[in-house]
Amino acid sequence: MRIQYTTDIKIVRVPCTGKVDVLHILRAFEKGADGVYVVGCMEGDCHFNKGNFRARKRVEQARGILEAIGIGGDRVRMYNLSSSEAPRFVEYAKEMDQRIRELGPNPIKLPKANKAA
Amino acid sequence: MIVADKKPIEEIIAEVKNFTKILLLGCNECVTVCEAGGKKEVGVLASALRMYFLNQGKTVTIDEVTLERQCDHEYLEEIRDRIDMYEAVVSLACGVGVQFMAEKYQATPVLPGVNTCFLGATEKRGLWTERCQACGQCILASTGGICPISRCAKRIMNGPCGGSTKGKCEISKDLDCAWQLIIDRLKALGRLEDYEKIYSIKDWSTDRAGGPRKVEREDVQE
Repeated sequence: MRIQYTTDIKIVRVPCTGKVDVLHILRAFEKGADGVYVVGCMEGDCHFNKGNFRARKRVEQARGILEAIGIGGDRVRMYNLSSSEAPRFVEYAKEMDQRIRELGPNPIKLPKANKAA
Repeated sequence: MIVADKKPIEEIIAEVKNFTKILLLGCNECVTVCEAGGKKEVGVLASALRMYFLNQGKTVTIDEVTLERQCDHEYLEEIRDRIDMYEAVVSLACGVGVQFMAEKYQATPVLPGVNTCFLGATEKRGLWTERCQACGQCILASTGGICPISRCAKRIMNGPCGGSTKGKCEISKDLDCAWQLIIDRLKALGRLEDYEKIYSIKDWSTDRAGGPRKVEREDVQE
């Protein structure tokens, strides 16, 4: 299909979204990511039964923490699609890209950059 | 085990916001099992605090250490050589660990990182319920292994009271009446005659009513 989507998204492959931990999400922000979204299989279609539900809970947990520390909970999101839905993958990529552009860069990057200068 | 709950991150931030070198100290025992203060939770809190301080434009060192236990001298000694590097310690152990840590290292402020709740069991992941009030005088032998002190809202010794309806307690329809559980259990054990006994007033001097308690065993002391 070769559908194009923004190059600003870095894909981290995991065997199942159930592998994604709240710490992985937080570390991504700590290292300067402007947003993180987790794309799992459709709910009810998890090969490991509960992996994508677990991921959703962890995304919610990360959202709460990011909100509490002033980074912004909207920077993290969970999406679900089936593996053959490339157009939808691109749609979600665009949606997330748009959302993050509206929110602006990760606020911790600015103090970090100032310190380095 | 001792069951603790997470402290809201805002509260922890309020505790530590004026320090620049902070040690987050986890505990590998009870609080790890109840997912409130183990290595994992230390990692999450450290990451969150690092980002919080960066966002505030502050340079703060946040280190992570998780000890086997914080209620024993030998494990707390493991950090003696590095404790002076920090302005404050956030202990994610139960209240016992926080206090023991504070007693041992008196020059460093030790702040609580969890809310210690009760002595309980893991009913399932994410659900911990109270089972023991540490009253110091165990009566489980006569109550079919179900404790009316910790599981009855009134802590009565001869129940159930008039508030027991269809096996539930009057304070909540989700709460089992401990005395109903005791009767059911004694019936299953064929020991209902135990239920007929009238228990005299409990000696509360071994509970908190007698002030802070201690267990002293000369046979094992060195």
